[in-house]
Amino acid sequence: MDDILLLDAVERYLNGEMDTEEREYFETLRKNTPEVDQMVVEHNMFLHQMDAYIAHTNIKHTLHNVHTYLLERGDLNEGGEIPTRGKVIQFWNKYKKVTAIAASVGGVIALFISGLAVYFSSTVNDPKLQQLGKDLEEVKKSQQYQGSIINEVKSKIPLNARLLSGGSGFLIDTKGYIITNAHVLRGTGAIVINSKGKEFKSSIVHIDEQKDLAILKITDEEYSPVKSIPYSIQKSNADLGEEIFTLGYPRNEIVYGMGYLSAKSGFNGDSLSYQIQISANPGNSGAPVFNQNGDVIGILSTRQAQADGVAFAVKSKSIYTVVNDLKKNDTAFEKLKLPTRSTLKGEGRKAQINKVEDYVYYVKAYGK
Amino acid sequence: MIWCLYPNDQKGNPVPRIFFKKFLGVLWVTFNTSRVLKSQIVKGDTNEQALLKGLANNDSKAIETIYKENFNMVQSFILNNNGSYDEARDIFQEAMIALYEKAQTESFVLTCQIKTYIYSICRRLWLKRLQQLGRYTTQVDSMEETVAVAEDMEAHEKRNVEFAIMDRALNSLGEPCKSLLEGYYLKKMDMNALAQEFGYTNADNAKNQKYKCLMRLKKLFFSQYNIGE
Repeated sequence: MDDILLLDAVERYLNGEMDTEEREYFETLRKNTPEVDQMVVEHNMFLHQMDAYIAHTNIKHTLHNVHTYLLERGDLNEGGEIPTRGKVIQFWNKYKKVTAIAASVGGVIALFISGLAVYFSSTVNDPKLQQLGKDLEEVKKSQQYQGSIINEVKSKIPLNARLLSGGSGFLIDTKGYIITNAHVLRGTGAIVINSKGKEFKSSIVHIDEQKDLAILKITDEEYSPVKSIPYSIQKSNADLGEEIFTLGYPRNEIVYGMGYLSAKSGFNGDSLSYQIQISANPGNSGAPVFNQNGDVIGILSTRQAQADGVAFAVKSKSIYTVVNDLKKNDTAFEKLKLPTRSTLKGEGRKAQINKVEDYVYYVKAYGK
Repeated sequence: MIWCLYPNDQKGNPVPRIFFKKFLGVLWVTFNTSRVLKSQIVKGDTNEQALLKGLANNDSKAIETIYKENFNMVQSFILNNNGSYDEARDIFQEAMIALYEKAQTESFVLTCQIKTYIYSICRRLWLKRLQQLGRYTTQVDSMEETVAVAEDMEAHEKRNVEFAIMDRALNSLGEPCKSLLEGYYLKKMDMNALAQEFGYTNADNAKNQKYKCLMRLKKLFFSQYNIGE
């Protein structure tokens, strides 16, 4: 019982629970009695041990909890579970900075090298480039001039009424009737120019969009009807491989071209036209296609954009159809008579051209 | 004090380590180290001190952070050296306790990274464990620098012995003494609550009982403790 009282006193003393009087009494007791003093020291040490032990137990407990918690959350892995994120993603996360640096270094180097390349190559080639540029300017000018025509030939869509389009045409009647392609005649009227550069006013008589044919009539007072037309217009189909030639106005001057008939049908099996092998350029539209005898077998109308030298000509038969239609619709044209006799047969090419060129006209269409 | 093998500058950053790695001269390594350096400047001064303070106060958030940052390193070290997942956990937690004891001493100043310290402790603990188990075959491969922890380890082991004695004493005390003492000292319950829980008529009775138990515990403890000394 005494021991318990003493122990209580010691504990209260160590915990600072004694009041001053009691404390002073206890301290004198401690000083005078070595047993009590030893007990105080011993118990103090023991209480420290207890505290440490308790703290130790607590921290162990916390550690255990944290471990379980982190394991559940997937922050730790003890073999059993599969990591939540894929390997690729892990690798990416690990190396993305390196990748970014490598990429930017690569980018900078690429920019630098291309910069160098541009710098040096431009200085070396400078004079040449300028010459080319000059040429290009010239080419550009003529292209601008021909641009509208190109569009017409390829697309047949009217771009702008104000734009002039151009092509070729040829006489089909001594009184001044000229046949050309319908797509050449954009706008409200047209003028025709002969091979000598003489311009004549003309009016549009008939347009057949489906057949892509149009008939003009020279209305100019300066025009004097010709006596006869040297070529005939063939009614029948031409033969495959037949040698052909054409005269047209891809430039401001009449241009001769030669080739052969390569297919009896046109683009995508169009039975109203031939496929011909000839170098055709924008402006050739509406030009007559002659065979060796000087018969008109077709009217050059289109070419294939991607293929070289592949052109298409509307069959001459269609001219008859168009003219007959015109005659039916309007009696004023009853006197229109297509040439049926050729005077060119057996002549040399130069002589043929000589005789024919006056009857091939440069057609310029204009809008308001 | 914990002393790193590499001396530190005034700020406590293990700068020579950076230089050592830079020595390798590889772009990647330089880049990597510069990243490490950056994080060390931040952590070494404020973050790690705060973490240790949290650890000393048994703050579970701080413990969680330290745990997350270091456990995997220790785990892979143990696993790579003939250990199991359970052993890795034991070793790591013991190292955490050692760090906790360290952090509680008032004179404690952190002079190297927590990571380095934990790694050093774990490495030592594991070597010892391997020796005890007779599994110590080859040199344990060390991938990181270590700090000298021999003194700390001694203190830690001494404490462990003491705790073991206390544990044994408490366990051989028997009920209801054990629960009564735990209630008073561990759970900090007051005498009235204890009297109610353990069925004593009043607080004084409970107090008497507690002192009886305490005296028995002291006896048990000191009989072992003196032998231990």
